[in-house]
Amino acid sequence: MERDDIIEYSLNHDAQGNVIPLHDEEAGKGIRSKILKVTLLLTIITVAEVGMGAFIKQGTSIWPIVKWSFVVMTLVKAAYIVLVFMHLGDEKKSMKYVILVPYILFILYLIFIALTEALAVGHSWFTYG
Amino acid sequence: MAGHATQQIDASTLWGGKISPFSTSYGKLMMWFFLVSDALTFGGLLVAYGFTRHDAQDAWPIGEETFNSMPFLGHGYPLLYVALMTFILIVSSVTMVLAVEAGHRLDKKGVIKWMIATIIGGFFFVGSQAWEWSHFIHGSEFGKVELADGSQAIVKGHFGELENFIVVEAGKHHKKGDVITEDLMHDYQHAVEKGNINDGIITLHDGSKAKVNKKADEHMMLIIKKDGKSHKVGDKIEGKAACDQYYEAINSGQSGRIIYGANLKQNEYGPQQYGQFFFFITGFHGFHVFSGVVINIIILLGVIAGTYHKRGHYEMVEKTGLYWHFVDLVWVFVFTFFYLI
Repeated sequence: MERDDIIEYSLNHDAQGNVIPLHDEEAGKGIRSKILKVTLLLTIITVAEVGMGAFIKQGTSIWPIVKWSFVVMTLVKAAYIVLVFMHLGDEKKSMKYVILVPYILFILYLIFIALTEALAVGHSWFTYG
Repeated sequence: MAGHATQQIDASTLWGGKISPFSTSYGKLMMWFFLVSDALTFGGLLVAYGFTRHDAQDAWPIGEETFNSMPFLGHGYPLLYVALMTFILIVSSVTMVLAVEAGHRLDKKGVIKWMIATIIGGFFFVGSQAWEWSHFIHGSEFGKVELADGSQAIVKGHFGELENFIVVEAGKHHKKGDVITEDLMHDYQHAVEKGNINDGIITLHDGSKAKVNKKADEHMMLIIKKDGKSHKVGDKIEGKAACDQYYEAINSGQSGRIIYGANLKQNEYGPQQYGQFFFFITGFHGFHVFSGVVINIIILLGVIAGTYHKRGHYEMVEKTGLYWHFVDLVWVFVFTFFYLI
């Protein structure tokens, strides 16, 4: 009996039934150069983050800008990892949305409600504690 | 890259219901669902960290002050070590995606090569984290000090080396006049924590008393982290005043004035919860990395044995790759919210 549990996605076969790779050496070159570009980008962002973190002190007047740029840079890094390294960018649109939309909605809500609550708790400690 | 998403799917690979949702395989979709749930766990942990930080009354530790050491090099390298760890993890993520790409070309040798590189990177990361934990637990040479006015401060500067202890009053093991040169730092910090130092005289484990010979500290600076009667958070005390106030605490003979390192009850870096979150979040992530390395090794054995080549595709490598990239993804967020901000 044919094992249908181990055949996990489509295999391309030629007329003789030989397996054809998902992409050939030529396409592989393009993919590898894309990986290299993304690697460089992630490295540059990380270096920039560390430089800013090490040289700009918390509490200075530009710190809020630095802080928010950390958040933006982190999201850029995350987007490249998910869309390129994890190939989510190449999946069907419907699948992308099924993965990303519920997560993003939930996390935004959680951040909003938790930080609002934390500020209120901190305030009441400050006032009545 | 995952070009198969748009390919025609032959009848043998359709799911049980004769249809393949999203034109993707069952295994990959389930891996994605697992990763979403795992991401919710980490999201919850980081949000809880943010909650605690927002409602904390005391000053929260600053990453570049807390993590500024390098193995073999000592202090004064803010965030460099953790940047190195981040870079190691990014590189191992890249080698993983190269293994997946080699798999698409059915290039068995390429898959083996890149997976081995990934596993080595994973071990390096876990090892780095072990060093980081050990450093965090043992703490700095100065520790955190509670000053005479009740304020608390972290201490920066160069710690003058301990030279020896000269016994002035005999105990169970040491005779008067003995010169002790071993395990000085350990005994010294232990005595400081217990309040067993009075005016430069240390009381050792065996009850003997000894004079502490120590080189002078240099460039000492106290940074106030908790308000006291005369100092406010953010104040900096330098030079002789710093030395005087620090050694007043050391020589006070009171226990608990100085704290070294971290455990689950207290730590020298900041509020109690800070240490707990550090151990839990980086520990949970480190455990994920460790599991990832183990899974990668298992899949590598499968690749070497030719299991996936016979199958005609390397989807198992893709799936373990998804997990490995996810671990990298989590670290990107932990790095930002724990170390940078």
